[in-house]
Order: sequence, then structure tokens, then C-alpha cells
Amino acid sequence: MSMTAVGPVPPAPHPLQPHAARLVTVTPEAPGIATYVFELADPALRARYAFAPGQFNMLFLPGIGECAISLSSDAGEPGRLAHTVRAVGSVTRAIARLRPGDAIGLRGPYGSPWPVDRLRGRDLILVAGGIGLAPLRPVVYHLIRHRPAFGRVQLLIGARVPADLLFVSEYQAWRAAEIEVIETVDRADETWTGRVGVVPVLFYQLRPDPRRTAVLTCGPEIMMRFVVYEALARRIPRDAIYLSLERNMKCAVAVCGRCQYGPFFLCKDGPVLSYDRVEPFFSVEEY
Amino acid sequence: MNPTPPLGTHAAIPKPALDQVLGALRDAGYTLVGPKVADGAIVYGEITGIADLPVGWTAEQEAGRYRLRPGVPGRLFGFAVGPHAPKRYLYPSTATLFRTRRTAEGFEVLPGEEAAPRYALVGVRACDLAAIAIQDRVFLDGPAPDPHYRARREAAFLLAVNCLEPGGTCFCASTRTGPRCTTGFDLALTELDEVLLVEVGSEAGAAMLAAADWRPASAFELTRARRALAEAEGRMGRTMDVRDLPDLLYERLDHPRWEAVAARCLSCANCTMVCPTCFCADVVDTSDLTGGEAARVRVWDSCFNHEFSYVFGGHLRPNIRARYRQWLTHKLATWIDQYGVLGCVGCGRCITWCPAAIDLTEELAAIRGGEPT
Ligand SMILES: Cc1cc2nc3c(=O)[nH]c(=O)nc-3n(C[C@H](O)[C@H](O)[C@H](O)COP(=O)(O)OP(=O)(O)OC[C@H]3O[C@@H](n4cnc5c(N)ncnc54)[C@H](O)[C@@H]3O)c2cc1C
Ligand code: SF4
Ligand code: SF4
Repeated sequence: MSMTAVGPVPPAPHPLQPHAARLVTVTPEAPGIATYVFELADPALRARYAFAPGQFNMLFLPGIGECAISLSSDAGEPGRLAHTVRAVGSVTRAIARLRPGDAIGLRGPYGSPWPVDRLRGRDLILVAGGIGLAPLRPVVYHLIRHRPAFGRVQLLIGARVPADLLFVSEYQAWRAAEIEVIETVDRADETWTGRVGVVPVLFYQLRPDPRRTAVLTCGPEIMMRFVVYEALARRIPRDAIYLSLERNMKCAVAVCGRCQYGPFFLCKDGPVLSYDRVEPFFSVEEY
Repeated sequence: MNPTPPLGTHAAIPKPALDQVLGALRDAGYTLVGPKVADGAIVYGEITGIADLPVGWTAEQEAGRYRLRPGVPGRLFGFAVGPHAPKRYLYPSTATLFRTRRTAEGFEVLPGEEAAPRYALVGVRACDLAAIAIQDRVFLDGPAPDPHYRARREAAFLLAVNCLEPGGTCFCASTRTGPRCTTGFDLALTELDEVLLVEVGSEAGAAMLAAADWRPASAFELTRARRALAEAEGRMGRTMDVRDLPDLLYERLDHPRWEAVAARCLSCANCTMVCPTCFCADVVDTSDLTGGEAARVRVWDSCFNHEFSYVFGGHLRPNIRARYRQWLTHKLATWIDQYGVLGCVGCGRCITWCPAAIDLTEELAAIRGGEPT
């Protein structure tokens, strides 16, 4: 219905407008993958910005485009916004060409976080495939900060080849904080003395207590399918299995419609959803 | 000057007096947009008065078929909806979200749209009012209300029309979104043989109606309008059984009918372009030759387009089967979970404008298992 005011309606800033940010450091992680730490330019915004493990930002470069990238840093240090990016297309490759000091647009955080607070007191199995470890790293940092609040924690990490394993230099510190890090690679090389095989196979050696265990997983959908299968086979309840899903995404505010997954907008209701909610769609072909 | 009618008034005006209302809207700064004949169809475009309306025209609509033909002489609104919906004025197919300019420090962000146009949308039907109410939820009730939509929406004047001649592909009686305009309008017309009945839905509507020589509608006129609407409700070209949605479709995501419809569907996206509720979009980047100035532009997109489901590593819905299923289950199932209502308002446009004559009421009936009702 119309309002009575007559006259031109002035434009308001669009929610898709990014905030100015600057690249602070770049840390190469693996071939084609690096971690970029950004800092918001506006000190007031920087002071206000907070995120939870599992959330993501939209990163923007003028004339090139924008894409969804998870925060991979410690949510307890929200001034330092780390994003671990795999260069695969136009925006991510352009990010890979940035130098410290360069400008970027950033907006967020968006999406549902891993429910770390609700999981206090539980045993956790984190399962990451490839770049899927990036959105789980803030969970690891959270667990380290609040270690006594959680039971046994096992972190299963899979990569195609040894050189693709992310954050390897940190595993020792994670183990020191009583997080059991178990890595595997699809294909070994001459340097590799560890396990070979796909991640879900690592489940065979676990004896989780289904009443106290929750599973948090992020990785290729096919991997997550097997993770769900293995978890269910060990009687872990459907609502204790959390997945971080990925779909094409343009707006991150539930209006572009592209990230729909059944009734969910993955930018708003996801990316983290419990398996009981996605089950009707999860095994449907090409959904 | 005539008295200003109170809200809820049912007035009557002689047909030519509609020009007085349209003139008042123009004087108030509105751009008039209404139905007119162009390119062999009744479309929306800028109008100046009654003379631009498709007076005496109607259209035959069937699956995959639309044909203009002469209707009742002198009838101003004797037709159902054409390919255009008000959506194209409130949520235009292309909009610049913001622009950027290179600076010494990096870049600065500049506003995209200038002041929003003020449209008076003339001849909006009940199904389209329902569609506007749906898009209000999409664009204004989400996590980040869309200022472009809001500006156009709040500036708009809606001059609605009750449908007395539903089209061959209409089924708003099934979706309970028509044919009578019940809410969301500034003024709503019912066209009787010699007069227009006008229902006042807002203060703005009352102010505009005051420009015309109105009188209260007689009880006889109101009864005739009610009868004509009840009769129209029984003359819908299509019906759709909306019971058990959304669960019915969630249970049948593997139904063989998806494969059968995919064999006919061209994935041309016409259905989503004409649909008054479809809102999916892409955002594209443009820049000048030097790269110094760039813009982010939102354009209508469709779940039928190949790139829509692209993620690194592949397209998630490479086959038409998955795309048609995505579209229909969004319209008729997941939409209910998302917005509390069906995503279909029964306007029939997607049926009429499908080059393959695919009819969603038939597809749903087949998936439901019975014969089309
Ligand atoms: C919630 C979420 C979190 C993500 N977190 C990370 C992360 O931490 N690190 C990382 O490297 N990648 C992450 N991705 C994937 C990342 O968004 C894509 O790799 C990226 O969009 C590719 O953009 P591009 O312009 O480089 O590629 P192009 O191939 O040029 O992309 C074209 C367009 O396709 C879309 N697109 C392509 N691939 C994807 C994809 N996988 N997911 C969503 N949209 C896609 C984008 O809309 C993009 O604008 C995440 C995706 C989502 C949805
Ligand atoms: S259903 Fe018809 S209009 Fe829609 S994409 Fe398929 S062929 Fe085109
Ligand atoms: S799905 Fe078809 S009939 Fe329903 S509102 Fe959209 S265009 Fe109209």
C-alpha cells in the first residue's frame, strides 16, 4: 500500500555493499591454498565485528566479483579475520594475487555457526575433507580455549595428497591440547609414512559412545555422505550429526535464491545444519 | 471538488471518470503504468488515460497459447493477466546495487540507484496483489531488507481490478488468491456494464478518488458485482488441488513424472520470468575499460539456467529433471516452509507462456496420482 509522502525516494545503502578492508598477511598453506588475514578499515566497525565458528564472509573485489569464504581464525580474536581460500575461479584467483596492504570489500558474518555451546560436555568427532578443515578450525580454537568443558575430541582430516594437508604446523599444538588429530591421504608419496585411504574409513577405528558423541563434518558432499553413513552405523543420533553444506551463493541474505537446499537458504539457515533436518533431501539425486 | 470518501467506501463512478482518477495520480507525481496492447498481447506499459487501455479486447489463453481477440465492446478490463506482472516495476529485471570507483587507498563505494520511480500500477489483479504480498516477505522480512524494493514498493500506488473474466489458464480460486481483491490495494475497481465500482483501500486511494465524481454504490450494484465475482470464481480455466502440500512433494522427489516432464521441458526459463512471485537473481560485475569504475548489477535469474547451480567442481543440477523438480517443489512445497504460503498465486502465466505447453496443475495432479481434476 502506498505511503502518503510524495516526492523522490532517496537511495539507502544496499545490504550487499561491502565494508572496506585491507589484507594484512598471507600464509601459503598448500598448492593453490593460502590463508589471508584481513582487517576492517573502519575502527568502529572493527571493534563491533564478532563471529562464531562456522560463519562466513562475502569477499569482494571491484569489477571481478564476490564469493563466500568461511572464517578460519579464532572467534576469540575477532579483529583478525582469517580466510583460507582455494583459488578455483575468478574471485578466488584474484584474491590469490593480492599483496599485504591491498584493499578488499568484506561483509558478514553470515550463516549458522557450529553449535559449540550446545555441545558442551559431549565427545566430539570432527571430520574434515580438503578445504573443509577451514570452517572447522575455529571450532578447534574454541575447544582449546574451553577444553575442560568437552569430553574426548577426535579430529579426522583427509586430503588428496600429503602436500594438500592444511595447517599441519599447528597439529602438534592441537594434540598438546588433547585433541586427537588423525590424518589420512588418498594418495601417498615418498615422504608419507601415515595412513592412506579416504576419511570415512578412519571411523573404523573409533568406538564412539553414541549417547554422548556429536559429529561435525565439512568436506566434499560425497565424503559427508559416507561420514553420515558411518556415524549412523555407530548409532549416533541424526540430530547429533552436523554438516556444513555448500551451494552457489550470490547475496548471503536469502534473496538471490541460489543457495536453497529444500526449504533452507544455506546462507541464513545454513551452512551448518543437523542431519535430521536435511535427511529428506540429502540422498536425493541432483538435489 | 468532491468529498473525500472514507476508507472502505464502495463508490460508483461513470467509466469516463476513471480518467479523472488517473489525472489526479499523474498530478500527484505518479508515472501511470497499465495494461495496453503491444506486440500481439496485453502487456504493461506507460499509459496516459483510458484511451491507452485495451478497450474492447480480450485474450484466449491455453497451455502454450495466447491469442488476442475482440471482446465485449467498450469493456475496459475484460481480460485476464498477460505476460507482464507488476514485479517488473517493483523488482526490475536489472538493478545496479552499488558502484565502485578506484581511489589511492583502494576503492570507494557509491550508491547504485538514483531516487526510486513512483509508479501508479493500474489494473493489478488479485493474484498479482497476492504476489506482491509474497515478494514483500521475500524482500522486506528477510535478514537484510532490500532498500531498492522498499523504495519502489512504498512509492507505488496500486489501482486494482477485480477479475470478472478469468482466463483459460487461471486458477486463483484454487490457490485462494482471487478473483476478488481483498487487501493490499489503494483502490479496487469492479467493472459493471455502465459504471465502475470503486472500493477504497487506503487514504491515498481516497484522496485520488476524490478527484472523480463519485457517489456511493447502490445495493443493487453491489449485489451485481458480488454475483459476477462468484460466477467468475466458477469459470476458472484450471484448478489445482493444493491439499497435503508440502509433504506430498517431499515424499515424491523420485516420482517418475519428473523424468517425463523433463523430456518435454526446454529449460528456457520462460515460466520463471513471467511468474509474479519468482525472485531468484544473479549478481554480475561490470566495469569500464580502465577498470577505474565498476558496478554490481542484480539481474533476474532462473533455476532453469545451467549456471544457477554451479559450484566449483560441477553443476549440481545438470539435468532438466532436477531443475523442473527444483522449480515446482519451490513453488508448491518449500515456499510454504519458507514464507508460510504457496509460492503460486494461480495466475496461469507459466502455463500460457510455456513453449512446450507444460501445465503445472497437470504435473501436480500426475504426481499426486489422480487424473487432472
Ligand atoms: C558457506 C560457504 C563457505 C565457503 N567457504 C570457503 C572457504 O573457506 N574457502 C574456500 O576456498 N572456499 C569456500 N567456499 C567456496 C567458495 O565460495 C567458492 O570456491 C567461490 O565462490 C568460487 O568463486 P570464484 O569466483 O573464484 O569461482 P568461479 O568459478 O569464477 O565462480 C563463479 C560463481 O560461482 C559461484 N560458486 C562457484 N563455486 C562455488 C562454491 N563452491 N560455493 C558457492 N558458490 C560457488 C559463485 O557464486 C561465483 O561467484 C565456500 C562456499 C560457501 C557457500
Ligand atoms: S516448463 Fe516450459 S516455460 Fe518453464 S523452462 Fe520448461 S519449457 Fe520453459
Ligand atoms: S507458478 Fe505459474 S501460475 Fe503460479 S504464480 Fe507463478 S506463473 Fe502464476
